[in-house]
Amino acid sequence: MAKVVAELKYSAEHEWVAVDGSGPTNIGISAVAAEALGDIVYVDLPEVGSTVTAGETCGEVESTKSVSDLYAPVTGEVVEINDEVVSDPALINNDPYGAGWLFKVAVTEEGPLMSAEEYAAANGGEL
Amino acid sequence: MTENYTALYEQHKIAGASFTDFGGWQMPLKYNSELAEHHAVRNAAGLFDLSHMGEVWVTGPDAAAFLDYALAGKLSAVAVGKAKYSLICQEDGGIIDDLITYRLPAAADGTAKYLVVPNAGNAAVVAAALAERAANFDVTVEDVSAETSLIAVQGPNAEAILLTLVPAEQHSLVTELKYYAAVEVGIIVNGTVQELLLARTGYTGEDGFEIYIPNEDAAGLWDALLEVGSGHGLIPAGLACRDSLRLEAGMPLYGNELSREGNPYAAGLGPVVSLTKESDFIGRAVLAELKALGAGSTSGRKLVGLKGLGRRAGRSHYPVLKDGTVVGEVTSGQPSPTLGYPIALAYVDVEHAEPGTALNIDLRGKPEPFEVVELPFYKRQK
Repeated sequence: MAKVVAELKYSAEHEWVAVDGSGPTNIGISAVAAEALGDIVYVDLPEVGSTVTAGETCGEVESTKSVSDLYAPVTGEVVEINDEVVSDPALINNDPYGAGWLFKVAVTEEGPLMSAEEYAAANGGEL
Repeated sequence: MTENYTALYEQHKIAGASFTDFGGWQMPLKYNSELAEHHAVRNAAGLFDLSHMGEVWVTGPDAAAFLDYALAGKLSAVAVGKAKYSLICQEDGGIIDDLITYRLPAAADGTAKYLVVPNAGNAAVVAAALAERAANFDVTVEDVSAETSLIAVQGPNAEAILLTLVPAEQHSLVTELKYYAAVEVGIIVNGTVQELLLARTGYTGEDGFEIYIPNEDAAGLWDALLEVGSGHGLIPAGLACRDSLRLEAGMPLYGNELSREGNPYAAGLGPVVSLTKESDFIGRAVLAELKALGAGSTSGRKLVGLKGLGRRAGRSHYPVLKDGTVVGEVTSGQPSPTLGYPIALAYVDVEHAEPGTALNIDLRGKPEPFEVVELPFYKRQK
């Protein structure tokens, strides 16, 4: 079963957020979502310097079988994107909570987020 | 729709498959990574459960004449031991299904024997259409889909893997079996040699075999193939990679490229329709008219291959544009794992169907550049 990491928070659209209050936060997609998408072959990320808005689309994730919108789980300015995941999107499948992180946001406001327990219960992940 | 389970469902669960509904069947979509499964078939071998496909026996003194009447091809001309790709059409030329038909050795009394293999979702419809069309022929139509499993070993190592389960004195039957041919051969299943129908056919663009086997023995054969195949790089392969493999090979999928609304000429399957056979067949009048009108060559739309110049893939039903105007629609598309660029099949107006033509696919509002290319996208080195 797909892993859910206890220290992260999750959006209903399957993005995870590393909220520890110590500055810009990494954002990625959960292992549950990565597994459901299949092998990811393309990611379209927001640009550095742009502002993303919680609950709104900010990019796309494309697998061999399908394409899904990427939703911003928080509001804020994008301060960095993961260039490695752009050139090697398989990192999202292989290490969704680590090397497969997508972008970093200076958060001004959080969207509605779930705890790992709530997300796992709702989406069948394993803590 | 009824949920059907193949005789190999437990095998798939044990192997960790994720499942999808396909034609009313719960089928393995992938076991781990569909890309790894795709590459295994191209470079080593993949094991497929195709038990959702239909199997319909057509036997009797009139079997050949009956199939000439019921199908678009000339099945009476097929030699014993050979297979032929064909279509079953409606009176209006629409395609009910695409089929592979095998001609097998005649019975002792000389009665001809054919096996017709329709797609999963169409099996019952095809069996019913054949039974209806058989009214004036001395022929028996028997749908054995429910009792029959179908296992495919596909990829460059398929022959070596299969031979390990065939008694040495029968090896030549396998090694000499030609593409699109079939033979009864002894295969060791559960410790005993069973005579099974083995066909050198597939839907992947690679060398490979398809084995028809009664349901009760299917799990034994599946397990045996996985065991002897592991040293040859064989892994179980699901429908996700089956779709990407067939797309690279430029093969149509019923429901995407083929339908009752389309016709064989637009789909590039004109050569499959025999207008030269003497007998009448269902759809003949309309198909002859469509051909005379230049359907798929000088009029209407035509199925073409599109190669993406960027990284984004077109998907089924996305519009195809020429200078901002819709000139077609994608029927299948995804990033090609083997070639490394997006590929798609699409119906486009014949005036924009020439290889080299620059077109766009409307990717959710963004026009992405594509180019018309010759099919297939991928052809294996022989």
